[in-house]
Amino acid sequence: MDTAFSTEDKKFQEEVRDFIKSSYPQELRDSINSKRKLGQELSRDDLTAWHKILGKHNGWSAPSWPKQYGGAELTPTQKYIFEQECAKAECQYIMPFGINMVGPVIYTFGNDKQKEQHLPGILNGETFWCQGYSEPGSGSDLASLKTSAVKEGDHYIVNGQKTWTTMAQYADWIFCLVRTNPNAEKPQQGISFLLIDMKTPGITVRPIKLMDGSHEVNETWFDNVKVPVENLIGQENMGWTYAKFLLAHERSGIAGVARSKKAIERIKQIASSEMSYGEPLIQDPAFKAKIAAAELELSALEFTELRTLAKDSAGKGPGPESSLLKIKGTDIQQSVTELAMEAVGYYANPHLGTTLSNEYVGPEYATNLSGTYFNFRKASIYGGSNEIQRNIIAKMVLGL
Amino acid sequence: MNFDFTEEQTLLDNMVTSFVRDNYDWDTRCNIVKSEEGWKEENWKQFAELGLLGVPFEEQYGGLGGKPTDLMIVMEQFGKGLVVEPYLPSIILAGGLISKLGTETQKNEIIPEIISGHRRYVFAYAEPQSRFDLFDIKTSANQKNENYIINGFKSVVFGASSATHLIIAARTSDDQRSKSGITLFLVDVKSDGITLQNYPTIDEYRASEVVIENLNVSSENILGNVNDAYETIEEVVDISTIAACSEAVGILQVLKDSTTEYCKNRKQFGQPISKNQVIQHRLVDMMIEYEQAKSILYMAITADHSNSEERQKATSAAKARIGKAIKSLGESSIQLHGGMGVVDEYNVSHYFKRATMIGVLFGNVDYHMKRYTDLTQSNIDTFDKDSSISLS
Repeated sequence: MDTAFSTEDKKFQEEVRDFIKSSYPQELRDSINSKRKLGQELSRDDLTAWHKILGKHNGWSAPSWPKQYGGAELTPTQKYIFEQECAKAECQYIMPFGINMVGPVIYTFGNDKQKEQHLPGILNGETFWCQGYSEPGSGSDLASLKTSAVKEGDHYIVNGQKTWTTMAQYADWIFCLVRTNPNAEKPQQGISFLLIDMKTPGITVRPIKLMDGSHEVNETWFDNVKVPVENLIGQENMGWTYAKFLLAHERSGIAGVARSKKAIERIKQIASSEMSYGEPLIQDPAFKAKIAAAELELSALEFTELRTLAKDSAGKGPGPESSLLKIKGTDIQQSVTELAMEAVGYYANPHLGTTLSNEYVGPEYATNLSGTYFNFRKASIYGGSNEIQRNIIAKMVLGL
Repeated sequence: MNFDFTEEQTLLDNMVTSFVRDNYDWDTRCNIVKSEEGWKEENWKQFAELGLLGVPFEEQYGGLGGKPTDLMIVMEQFGKGLVVEPYLPSIILAGGLISKLGTETQKNEIIPEIISGHRRYVFAYAEPQSRFDLFDIKTSANQKNENYIINGFKSVVFGASSATHLIIAARTSDDQRSKSGITLFLVDVKSDGITLQNYPTIDEYRASEVVIENLNVSSENILGNVNDAYETIEEVVDISTIAACSEAVGILQVLKDSTTEYCKNRKQFGQPISKNQVIQHRLVDMMIEYEQAKSILYMAITADHSNSEERQKATSAAKARIGKAIKSLGESSIQLHGGMGVVDEYNVSHYFKRATMIGVLFGNVDYHMKRYTDLTQSNIDTFDKDSSISLS
């Protein structure tokens, strides 16, 4: 048992660090930080600029993808190092919809034409993807989805409504689960996986405002949308298989260990500035204990993730164990956002970045920490709620 | 980076596993813990034959030169079998002190005797007032010519009733709670001036209260330098703490697996109780606790032990986190076993009791949380202007 990096891995770490240092644009850092601190929305450029830069360098925009599809095919250790370094340098998070979700589905189940058409845009960050899974009546019970796709000649006619479509306002393409056989014996058997161009007539996107005032998610309506049959992934009515494959991939990156670590460091900085009982908050035993509890959990999760990565290195995809990473990772994210909000006392109150007030009040570091706390209640709900993840472990790991 | 065992470690793992399987079935264990001695000397002889008693000692004294991972392997399997022979107090804790502090003469004399199973040392450190502070020592050793006269009281000394020798921590100078002024003495347990009050523990191990009255010890039997033992005590107790965590992780695995099996077999309302989601989610939470406990143990095992601050941080992080897992996983395993969980006859309660007492050993959750925060949280002067909380 050994967790020391090999000479090669250390070299890789240097390489990543140097690359970030020389290639991460300061303007991007400034733009994102000032918007975050004012609770303003990030633009499409903010979200994709770093992705585009990584896409031009050794396939680093897709660390897990096989080399034959343009990815970096990093080893588990390298992936871990890469994540760590990006988090340490606070690089913008790469949108997961193309790279982590639809990309692996396309190169695993898609045909050559689909690979040729879609993989380059996903890799280089030029094509912005979103996810059409949930519907108003189909949340945790995803297989009950109703959006229909009826074949007419060489097109499917799609009708229905998707919801929680993250960043659909910027998206060029959406991957959708649609019902192609309403009479199948089991609901899972009548589902297909379709790629749909967001510019197709009949698609309407309406924003859903979250409780922190942010606009991340949308409702997406399909009204007689004509989708060419060549946009079907794999076989008709086999979509559930691809959907589950995708969800396991989605969960693998979801632990967010490196970013939570960075956030705890930040909270310690804040708690050194904030005062409590006449002393820096970081000296308050109750607050200290809460930080330590989060650190311990994170330290354990880091090794749980490393152990999972080591197991995955045989080339097998992530298994149901990734549900554990999702549950614990989001638990910790939620504790961390809560601690950050708690650290700033009264300055959790001001809600900046609205039309009513666009000026800073209070310490700059305090801005929008409560917004982040409220926003992150989503984490234990999305990507399959943490209750659904427990169902998955119960069935797939414990065999209950 | 890898979490695999080496070939030798796999062999060790197989060896201890088969020892436990072949010699420690539940009925055999029940007979051992009910016996007058509370352990089985025959097993100790077998440990010696298998080379287990030499695992942590240096090769030049006949040991195997084992690494923390090797001790983890032994203790995890001992945990799974609830092996009561005093391996942790005698081989890892007392043995560790002798390895770190012994003179060449002492090591050449003592270590082969330990490895062959002829001598068992245990470390008498705790006192009624000290709680988990290793430096809080009232027991005094006063120099008289070439000898020291020791007077005092040691509490809850594990394995003393089966020991041939004690290592006594006594104060040779400074105040009761000073880290300096502590000296270790090697003494025969049968020496005049030592009285043991032996008793079984709630988890069926054996411990003793040790009364020390005018015990006369030659200065030749001082272990390490006079007044200077504290840092080594802390180091060896850290290593022993990680070993205790390994034992706990073995126990937690048994609790998790046997509770899962029990729920699959126990039928109520016409179906296995594991078909109820409320039970399923509790079992999943137990599994998560187990994985997190195992992970933080791996963190502590692979931490840089040569750096004392890193070692202390890693040890306390692991002990505190595993202590929480013991409580939540352990209590759940009793709850899900229903009435079977609270009876003496069924083994789950025995695993739970042992795990809970490991929770106290070398400091409980609160103690290690405090030690961890004292090491990791102080004012931070730098403030990164370019930073913000961004998790996605």
